[in-house]
Amino acid sequence: MEFNAPAGKNLFDTAKVVGKATPRIDGPLKTTGTAPYAYERHDVVAGQAYGWIVGSAIAKGRITSMDVEDARNAPGVIAVIAAPETKPVGTSQYNHAPLFGGNEIAHYHQAIACVVAETFEQACAAAHLIRTRYQRSDGDYDLAKAKPDAPLADGDKAPHTQGDFDAAYKAAPVTIDATYHTPDESHAMMEPHATIASWEGEKLTVWTSNQMIQWGKEALGKILGIDPENIRLDSPYIGGGFGGKLFIRADAVLAALASKAARRPVKIALQRPLMFNNTTHRPATIQRIRLGARSDGTITAIAHENWSGNITGTDGENGTAQTPKLYSGDNRMTANYIATLHLPEGNAMRAPGEAAGHLALEVAMDELADALKMCPVELRLRNDPAAQVPGNPKKRFSERNLARCLREGAERFGWSKRKGEPGQVSEGRWLIGMGVAAGYRGAPIRKSAARVRLEQDGMLVVETDMTDIGTGSYTIIAQTAAETMGMPLEKVRVELGDSRFPVSSGSGGQWGAASATAGVYAACVNLRRAVGEKLGFDGDSATFADGNVRAGDRNFALRDAGMLSADGKMTYGDFQKEYDLGTYAGHFCEVAVDRYTGESHIRRLLSVCDAGRILNPLSARSQVIGAMVMSAGAALMEELTVDARFGYFVNHDLAQYEVPVHADIPHQDVVFLDTLDPVMSPIKAKGVGELGICGPGAAVANAIYNATGVRVREYPITLDKYLDRLPQVA
Amino acid sequence: MSDRENFSVSRREVMAGGAATAAATAIPPAQARAQQPPDTVPTMPVAFQVNGKQVKLDVDTRTTLLDTLREHLKLTGTKKGCDHGQCGACTVMVNGVRVNSCLSLAVMHEGDEVTTIEGLGQPDNLHPMQAAFVKHDGYQCGYCTPGQICSAVSVLEEIGKGIPSHVTEDLTGPMRATRDEMRERMSGNICRCGAYSNISDAMSEVAEG
Amino acid sequence: MRAFTYERAGDPAGAAKAVAATKGAKFIAGGTNLLDLMKLEIEAPTHLVDVQDLGLDKIEDTDEGGLRIGTLVSNTTLSAHPRVRQDYAVLTRAIQAGASGQLRNKATTGGNLLQRTRCPYFYDPNMPCNKRRPGSGCAAINGASRQLGVIGTSDKCIATYPGDMAVAMRLLDAVVETVKPGGDTRAIRIADFHRLWGDTPHIETVLEPGEMITAVTLPRPLGGKHVYHKVRDRRSYAFALVSVAAVIQPDGTGRVAFGGMAPRPWRVEAADALLPRGAKAVIERAFADARPTPDNAFKIPLAERTLAGVIAEARS
Repeated sequence: MEFNAPAGKNLFDTAKVVGKATPRIDGPLKTTGTAPYAYERHDVVAGQAYGWIVGSAIAKGRITSMDVEDARNAPGVIAVIAAPETKPVGTSQYNHAPLFGGNEIAHYHQAIACVVAETFEQACAAAHLIRTRYQRSDGDYDLAKAKPDAPLADGDKAPHTQGDFDAAYKAAPVTIDATYHTPDESHAMMEPHATIASWEGEKLTVWTSNQMIQWGKEALGKILGIDPENIRLDSPYIGGGFGGKLFIRADAVLAALASKAARRPVKIALQRPLMFNNTTHRPATIQRIRLGARSDGTITAIAHENWSGNITGTDGENGTAQTPKLYSGDNRMTANYIATLHLPEGNAMRAPGEAAGHLALEVAMDELADALKMCPVELRLRNDPAAQVPGNPKKRFSERNLARCLREGAERFGWSKRKGEPGQVSEGRWLIGMGVAAGYRGAPIRKSAARVRLEQDGMLVVETDMTDIGTGSYTIIAQTAAETMGMPLEKVRVELGDSRFPVSSGSGGQWGAASATAGVYAACVNLRRAVGEKLGFDGDSATFADGNVRAGDRNFALRDAGMLSADGKMTYGDFQKEYDLGTYAGHFCEVAVDRYTGESHIRRLLSVCDAGRILNPLSARSQVIGAMVMSAGAALMEELTVDARFGYFVNHDLAQYEVPVHADIPHQDVVFLDTLDPVMSPIKAKGVGELGICGPGAAVANAIYNATGVRVREYPITLDKYLDRLPQVA
Repeated sequence: MSDRENFSVSRREVMAGGAATAAATAIPPAQARAQQPPDTVPTMPVAFQVNGKQVKLDVDTRTTLLDTLREHLKLTGTKKGCDHGQCGACTVMVNGVRVNSCLSLAVMHEGDEVTTIEGLGQPDNLHPMQAAFVKHDGYQCGYCTPGQICSAVSVLEEIGKGIPSHVTEDLTGPMRATRDEMRERMSGNICRCGAYSNISDAMSEVAEG
Repeated sequence: MRAFTYERAGDPAGAAKAVAATKGAKFIAGGTNLLDLMKLEIEAPTHLVDVQDLGLDKIEDTDEGGLRIGTLVSNTTLSAHPRVRQDYAVLTRAIQAGASGQLRNKATTGGNLLQRTRCPYFYDPNMPCNKRRPGSGCAAINGASRQLGVIGTSDKCIATYPGDMAVAMRLLDAVVETVKPGGDTRAIRIADFHRLWGDTPHIETVLEPGEMITAVTLPRPLGGKHVYHKVRDRRSYAFALVSVAAVIQPDGTGRVAFGGMAPRPWRVEAADALLPRGAKAVIERAFADARPTPDNAFKIPLAERTLAGVIAEARS
């Protein structure tokens, strides 16, 4: 089914199941520990042996020798795979760093060996007996040092310009010019990357934890040099991904290689201390923003330059991503530069580009409001563009309600009580401040397929290789199928994450919910037609409700159709290219800063979101609050510390890489506007999982400024960065 | 020579693994270098109860309680998030007290009573805390969830027993299950999906009975 | 983790003897720090002597009006003990500021005193570290040292003692009781218990091989207002940047000890005497010999501001 014109009125506009707050159908499994994650699947294949990965002790150079003899002779050891004895595996379009094999070392904790043993304890102990010698070579690890020579990214020959930024900036009565730093960040999902691999002849099955089943299947074929059709991926439950599990990583590659060598199924989970350097991360950025405005707040000049680094000198963190979309301004310039750094691989992490970009742009807007002596909400409203995308006038917004998000948010949050002058409100030892930020994140949608099947027992089974990474896919897919087939939710069973199922959009880029449900809708439309054909009516015009079908004056029970199956796929026509499909939010934060110690506590957080139809307000809200938490972490504590001498992330475990804990997070409020986006899909829904990380951190930063009068432009905003600028005490 | 002035990453050849990284305090490097891998692995019998059932095992002394549950008893509801006591995903109750099962050896639990998430409730027979998590969407990916729930149940018990916390204002007064108390006490259970606000709602509902 | 043999000891002297008798043997009680390090092979004992059955898990009043805490008393139990809450509130506060509920349930009094540093280079076996591997160098001194020590450190090691409980115990002038393999016992002032690193940062306490902690005694209560303020990058479940333990009397005199600054809980009695003159005077005296790195120099003004807040809180 191709979606080639904006949707008109359809069954989702009178929905009974879609759009209703619905507890997750997988909830009873997850809360009782019975949802099976990759490493736990004892039942899928017998004789599983344990693998343990050894990571490189240097960041760059080569292995000069590796002694694996003691490891091979250690108790319980079945096989040892050593990089020097292994031809480098292939690469895929999704990977930047080499995954395994050969003597070359490209980054710290790159996998260099894998020990397989009868037990976990034996594998781990034997791995520690491997002795490796290296020749270290020089690398570049310091973004600030590499910045001056960094070329433009993405093959750009020149910055993107519109009008004459330099002249307009020079002429503007009010300007700001500020540079912001965001650090490298880690996904730090709770479930480590994990895989069980098993071969049967040429056929390989990996039970793994992966967001993108089809990408993974293709990539693993390329990496291992085998036909992807001989590979099965199965990933029904994923313990968090945030972009870190979009791609095949060392766990899957080494489980496959080790399983071949051991002639046994092998299971491997990346050890937590290895994950931070072995896998991917969000690259650090340096962002310079210049804004010029008239004294009424109208922005006339806007420039955003971004520098980041990556191991191959491509695909960094583009902080300018939202800038062409958020605010009007006739004279514009954006430029994205990328340096080659020999740190571990940078790759997608939740809202790649925008998450870091908002931490700069939305603070710059606060600085501009301050310079203008203007309310920062008003400043944003003043520069809210009309129908056309400011940085790309060929496109228009499909549906944009940012102004409503900001106005309604300000009203709910009690924004009018905020003092414009910073450092004016205190309660005892606490300095109190409020901050606001706007949020924009693209709403991509991708083709997606599914299979739906009516079973003998009256159940409807949905099969798609879509994944649920905590996003609530199981439930929204069940809701969509129940709605379309006119069945109660309890009669729908959803099977996900198996590459034997029709290929879906997968989970990433906040496209999953909108895309996968549209695909399920397409399959259900085909099933309705098949039911109609079997029982003799037109499936498209019939009404499916309460387990029955009404076609004209005839009534059927859906069960009368017996066992039937239909595949369907939703694809998208070119008409969407005229539009910018986006999601919007107004984020509000109140903080208290200890005037003595500089400790900052978040007191209140509110996000008002404009993201089309909300399929399941319960789980969508969770997506937003979770993203707000991650954004708060980015603002206040998260940082992979680079040791530029050794070229690695020093704080590579969950004690040292601090993410927010319960005590850091207050009650959170989320409001969804009742908006629909007919350009997206028949369901008119958009994703929210990344919208929530675009802006809240900036609202936190702005609130700290409002509380203290101190502006910190280097994230995370830890107290050591502003202690000396706090008011004197005793 | 002072490392303060002279330490640098200049030694181009690097040796790592085996003896090179061994624990100097436990075994001098020279001794470790000569150490051969043992031919056998020490194992020991141990017996304890898990969710009311007696189990008897012969385990490698190195096996943690967590791996005993997950790999030997196939009770995979208890999760391994970090294996170093830094995340709380492995939380279980031992003799009624919550602990990180990753930082405890199975052989140290002779005669103990262990309760895991599977012992609290089952999909068709949810514990009130499990039901509250479902109702309030107190999770997303679900991986930290069993640990969160074991902790949540324990936290309410700990408050009931009058055990103070970092945020308790009056150490000698009665203890109340306030939101701040619960948040502080739950902080040993990291949820990267950020379901904290919802978990707080779930716990409050159970606390208020 | 290296293979090891395991036994459960029946009495304290026997346990000490068992550890002394086996090369590479160690005591294990709560295990929360030791097992963490064993998994990284930073610790690699050949034999573990489990002391959990020794019955050293009681808290008793002493004849002098103080408290004797068995080495196996868990952090949770100790912090919740009615007399500790009443008379030694700073100890309850310090314990509850550390780790997590789960860890405090397992961590023991003796084990907590022996908690090893959290320096990131100590924790990464690929990195030079004089504490983990004497003579290999200290990667921290010119490295990521934001969390590390500012005083009492050396040119070989700038790690800190990372715990909280011991900071309060140092404030209270606790005494550590031990038994040696031969059955001799001794009492060690907590001020003397943790060594400064000097040239041998791998030797962290004055305990002799096989010597086992049996108890910690607290002298008579001090009265006054008890405060423990721990400053960290997140609000819970994190190690201190700086922590301040203080007992302040109504007349403004008192005692103060600092965590997160040094190889041991840091207290300078001569600085205590300056408390009535305010935070600045105390800090100038207590940290007169500080040698911070550029990364952690902020800890000294942070300690001063934190102490100023503590004094203000005590006065209110």
